[in-house]
Amino acid sequence: MLIYLIRRLIFVLPIALAVGVVCFSLVHIAPGDPLVSILPPDAPQTLVEQMRKSYGFDQPMPVQFGIWLGKVVTGDLGTSIATSRPVAGEIGKAVGNTLLLAMVATLIGFFFGCLFGFVAGYFRDSVIDRIAVTVSILGVSVPHYWLGMVLVICFSVLLPWLPATGAGPGSSADWRWDWEHMRHLILPAITMSVIPMGIITRTVRALVGDILSQEFVDALRAKGLTDGGIFRHVVKNAAPTALAVMGLQLGYLLGGSILIETVFSWPGTGFLLNSAIFQRDLPLLQGTILVLAMFFVAVNLVVDVVQTALDPRIKRG
Amino acid sequence: MRRITAAVTAAGAALAIQAGAAQAQGTLRIGMTAADIPKTHGQPDQGFEGNRFTGIPMYDGLTQWDLSSADKPSVLLPALATEWAVSDADKTKWVFKLRPGVKFHDGSAFNADAVVWNVEKVLKQDAVHFDASQVGVTASRMPTLRSARKIDDLTVELTTAQPDSFLPINLTNLFMASPAHWQKKFDAVPASVADPKERAKQAWVAFAADASGTGPFKMERFVPRERLELVKNAGYYDAKRVPKLDRLVLLPMPEPNARTAALLSGQVDWVEAPAPDALPQIRQRGFTVTANAQPHVWPWQFSFADGSPWLDKRVRQAANLCVDRPGMKQLLGGMMEPAVGTVPPGHPWWGNPSFQIKYDPAAARALMEAAGFSKAKPLTVKVQTSASGSGQMQPLPMNEFMQQNLADCHFKVEIDVIEWNTLFTNWRKGAKDESARGANAINVTFAAMDPFFAMARFLDSKMAPPTSNNWGFFNNPEFDKMVADARVAFDGKDRDAALAKLHARAVDEAVFLWVAHDVGPRAMTAKVKGYVQPKSWFIDLTTVSMQ
Repeated sequence: MLIYLIRRLIFVLPIALAVGVVCFSLVHIAPGDPLVSILPPDAPQTLVEQMRKSYGFDQPMPVQFGIWLGKVVTGDLGTSIATSRPVAGEIGKAVGNTLLLAMVATLIGFFFGCLFGFVAGYFRDSVIDRIAVTVSILGVSVPHYWLGMVLVICFSVLLPWLPATGAGPGSSADWRWDWEHMRHLILPAITMSVIPMGIITRTVRALVGDILSQEFVDALRAKGLTDGGIFRHVVKNAAPTALAVMGLQLGYLLGGSILIETVFSWPGTGFLLNSAIFQRDLPLLQGTILVLAMFFVAVNLVVDVVQTALDPRIKRG
Repeated sequence: MRRITAAVTAAGAALAIQAGAAQAQGTLRIGMTAADIPKTHGQPDQGFEGNRFTGIPMYDGLTQWDLSSADKPSVLLPALATEWAVSDADKTKWVFKLRPGVKFHDGSAFNADAVVWNVEKVLKQDAVHFDASQVGVTASRMPTLRSARKIDDLTVELTTAQPDSFLPINLTNLFMASPAHWQKKFDAVPASVADPKERAKQAWVAFAADASGTGPFKMERFVPRERLELVKNAGYYDAKRVPKLDRLVLLPMPEPNARTAALLSGQVDWVEAPAPDALPQIRQRGFTVTANAQPHVWPWQFSFADGSPWLDKRVRQAANLCVDRPGMKQLLGGMMEPAVGTVPPGHPWWGNPSFQIKYDPAAARALMEAAGFSKAKPLTVKVQTSASGSGQMQPLPMNEFMQQNLADCHFKVEIDVIEWNTLFTNWRKGAKDESARGANAINVTFAAMDPFFAMARFLDSKMAPPTSNNWGFFNNPEFDKMVADARVAFDGKDRDAALAKLHARAVDEAVFLWVAHDVGPRAMTAKVKGYVQPKSWFIDLTTVSMQ
């Protein structure tokens, strides 16, 4: 297990470097001037040149990449051009908010996804199965920003029950687990959960169907196990894959959803990315993309390790 | 079932009451279009929305705009300077007399030293407190200011690079931050940070989180990207402008539908630029929608480079006569004012152009036919625009509407849609640059409060790229001279007369295709009282109260 873990950790290094190269290149290849957020279009050329120099954009691209990478490995993601605040601090706050939203959304998605999936798989081709499949297809197909807006119209505008925007009555800085704050989480979390719910439902349903058709289930029945006992075995066999899918979904959700966070003005990574893109704030943009990509890598690593612990066949392979 | 319905209704009512109770008396909550709180250190970013919400409420300049009337053009007024005059002997030297007895929010005194310090924060690169991040939004808005010198505690001398009568107008953009408060922040930077530049940078970040100006509102709470809370400055120097509100809460909400939902659900009391499609619903639910023509222009800026079809004045005039501006206003639900020049008739800079811009397709066709074009032989023109962007209103439907209009006058319009920031960058590169991709007109909106931004940068040949925004390389010695004359007309009336002459000639020459002025729509609850929407990008929040 330790060797497996070390091997997986070593694999992370080239992935991280590749991620760094890609995210730096992408944001620099995109058209537009990175100084657009601090320079008006009428700024004199001398001023443009002066600013370009003071932010280091006059250096050749490989030099800029080298300087950036050198800082990144020491934990310094630079300073936001638009706000002058350290990028790491900006991302730290946003990641905390997205993490909160993503965890709640994943839990909702995982709970309902597993519930629908197991029930549908167990009662295959029944009415319950058809309802569960319909719900899962809807979950995967409905554009979530549209769903977010519909939920806001229904539960904030027409029925003024839940707040339409924000991460609390004050701000995310003073988040507490009380109703006044949690009610701000309900609509974005539900909106965010529909895709993982749909995917997990479909995955678990297929898994359960597959497991039920295996010979060991017949053996269990022959041994006289009750339906409940067999169901427990099915759950244990389906768990590693369901967990892996949940991990991947959590990875996606940790990236934040630009659309959902913008619709709900939720101050997470998606909201931050949106702002960074529109302001051409390159240090913030490349820092955020890098951190999110590394999150994804880390989540995959954790899922792989957990999956290996749950399923010894992987370790042996 | 009835019990369930009753319980659900009761729970909903309880939640609604709870939401209402959270709102304090005299608190106004505004949903802004910005994705972040505009900078709070005294030189806001985020365009003029920044000046509107974190500039004017928290700070003062030496001069200010009159924002008291919804009907009259917004004119220049004294603010922290009570009077000013250019030197007779040297027209690059200005003497400003400062208002006595003004205090910053931290209690320190506003005086000539503070003015010199604030000029140096953006112009003197070797000053300890020089901040490169503030230079962009400040220096370019007062392009000729070079230095400041204290004469006595309440008198300063400002020097410009060349004689420039626009200086007092430009100075509305230089807000006075407290040097004493900044020094405290600078001294509090840990000693481990040895580099003075890094210390200054950290001091500015700390200052932005706990700012101090002289304005009618003081900063109380700042959560980056989420909210800014300002409270009344009861000791404001102008007793008539002490805020009626106790508290002002500013919330960034970049998505129009989110802003609108926040208003309709009672989470905010006021939103900037509500979703256009929701305006009927907003009005129907008892909210107020306000609008007034702003010094903003939605134009096509023509290329005058070799080979451009717009070199022919008849073609330029025909395009101006072929756009059905009232029809476009209807398309936008009334949220525009037809533009017949850079400034509207009645403005001090209007002048009396002989060419009257109106919707007259027959006259436009006649001009086009005289220029050699016909239905069978239309003139192909290409405009570069964006799908969205600050001040761009609704560029795609508006350009498509114009495309249809102009087709009736022997024009064949090609629309090149690119991303907003790219368009903005291309604006500085000019029509001859490959970024224009063959376009001979560009659709970038602009502010027209200041003579330099409204006219000089487009009509002076020296402002051609890469210097400034004369994108189309307009080059006419007569216009160069008129711009120079306006710059040295130091008496206010003379300056207005010189600018009126320049504007009238620009309209006669149809230098732009003028289409619309934005009207700055905003929506608010009926509880908001005392609000005046001037003919300006800015508003005075001190007159507003909540009932």
